[in-house]
Amino acid sequence: MRRTGLFAAGRLAMGRSRATLVGGSIVLLIVLIAAFAPVLSSYDPQDIQVPQRLLGPGRGHPFGTDNLGRDIFSRVIHGARVSLLVGSLVVVCATAVGTTIGLLAGYDNRADRVLMRIMDGLMAFPTTLLAIALMAALGARLSNVIIALSIVFTPRVARIVRSVTLVVRELDYVQAAQALGAGDARILIRHILPNGLAPVIVQATFIFADSVLAEAALSFLGVGLPPYIPSWGTIITAGRTFMQTAPWITIFPGIAILISVLGLNLLGDGLRDLADPRLRGRLG
Amino acid sequence: MTAYVARRLVSLLPVLLIVATAGFFLIYLTPGDPAAVMLGPDATIDDLTRLRSIMGLDRPLLVQLALWYGRTLRGDLGYSIFLQRPVLQAIAERVEPTFLLTAMALAVAVAIGLPAGVAAAVRRNTWIDQAAMGIALFGVSVPGFWLGLNLILVFSVYLQLFPVAGYVPLDESVAGAILSLILPAVTLGFGASALIARMTRSSMLEVLGQDYVRTARAKGTEERRVIVGHALRNALIPTITVIGLALGGLLAGAVVIETVFALPGVGRLVISSVLRRDYPVVQGVLMFVAAIYVLVNLLIDVLYIFLDPRVTYA
Repeated sequence: MRRTGLFAAGRLAMGRSRATLVGGSIVLLIVLIAAFAPVLSSYDPQDIQVPQRLLGPGRGHPFGTDNLGRDIFSRVIHGARVSLLVGSLVVVCATAVGTTIGLLAGYDNRADRVLMRIMDGLMAFPTTLLAIALMAALGARLSNVIIALSIVFTPRVARIVRSVTLVVRELDYVQAAQALGAGDARILIRHILPNGLAPVIVQATFIFADSVLAEAALSFLGVGLPPYIPSWGTIITAGRTFMQTAPWITIFPGIAILISVLGLNLLGDGLRDLADPRLRGRLG
Repeated sequence: MTAYVARRLVSLLPVLLIVATAGFFLIYLTPGDPAAVMLGPDATIDDLTRLRSIMGLDRPLLVQLALWYGRTLRGDLGYSIFLQRPVLQAIAERVEPTFLLTAMALAVAVAIGLPAGVAAAVRRNTWIDQAAMGIALFGVSVPGFWLGLNLILVFSVYLQLFPVAGYVPLDESVAGAILSLILPAVTLGFGASALIARMTRSSMLEVLGQDYVRTARAKGTEERRVIVGHALRNALIPTITVIGLALGGLLAGAVVIETVFALPGVGRLVISSVLRRDYPVVQGVLMFVAAIYVLVNLLIDVLYIFLDPRVTYA
């Protein structure tokens, strides 16, 4: 019954918001490309073929080759795997930790004073700079990029969940559950958490988009992923020296970032409009 | 109002304390001995002992933390053994291009974002609205460093309108400084303009539906006056918040854009410090930018009083 309800809500969401439909389709397409990357390209993204170096886009190499003769198309579609992996793990970590902190802070005043001051402190740092500083300390590795970006984005989720919890904990049905002797954990998980799910899902979509951008920027600066991992950021960095003679090396991964972040932002915008009660019924 | 500003300043203290604590513990996220990581595998025991002593790493943690608070309070952000100078001096030497770039990028962001947001709201559901919001969506989705590289290719390499990279200091040539920062400022400001346009549009739409706007129109007030004099002034309030937030983003974004355009600013300083593991500089820049960010947001809160007479902070 519940599954049918969720499925129906998803179908309704897609049908009622063009942004959700377009954004969702773009994201789905990128997920499929990432999943079937080895099937879609006959080249290994790491395969060095020096005689084939700096070939322009054409037959055999639709996006051209780089200075080591590696196929750019293969590197870009394999780069999608890295970006999606970073984005999805950051979303999972930041959402799980942020939701827990937000629930505790919104429900318990003592926890609020400690936890939200820490969150305020973290939010006082501009995102990119905090991520760079964390990477400086942790070192350039895939797992560290995920840890650094999760720390950076956790406060966003915590603030949203806290504000929802503050409102919901005063509602009659929560008070009734307390009067009936329900434990704090049960009240938080069964009665308060479901109310925060919609804004958290919307925020998670934007965090996904920002993680893809942030990972690319960190890798471009040389403080994100090591150069041997074919991520969109590292491909652009490697191609930078050849911008004049072989612009395709940087153009195609850039377009890949643009399209995927655009899709995620559209999806986030659409979901936010659907979750906003003031806009319900006005979406066509 | 003075009381309000004083109260807000006091409320900043716990945030600044957390900022300082986070800055201090950053170095302890390093796997292993920070001094050994900084000096590399060739360092001798004497070198390591000396660096630990300079950085205070040989003292108990709580003593280090207390000393760190004291130093930070006095504006002492530590000493860089790589640059052979105090961190604050290193930042001061590189602050000019960063501040000028951030200011110019903010000007670009407001100049594009504000009119685009107003036009989109006034011409709601027309092609103008769709085009403005489409461009805004592009602005929030495009990676700034990639946009910068493409702008260099088109405007500097092919059209030769701007220098490819580098910076001319203000005391050498004001025009040269501005010319060298136009492309970086457009690159950096474009993303922020998208946020400003989206916020301006939504707050204008909110305000345009209010009774007093309808009354102004019913009285026969000229439409231009209704938009600029009545609606925009109130719609600006949430937009100013976004501009404040955007300023922090621009300062951080400057780190990336300075690398693309080879500008000798604070951003380049922090990236080169990360690469050579010069932790005191990374910590110093982090604290410096966070302090500016927090103070700018305070300034924005105070600005509300002048912008909106309904806002009182008794």
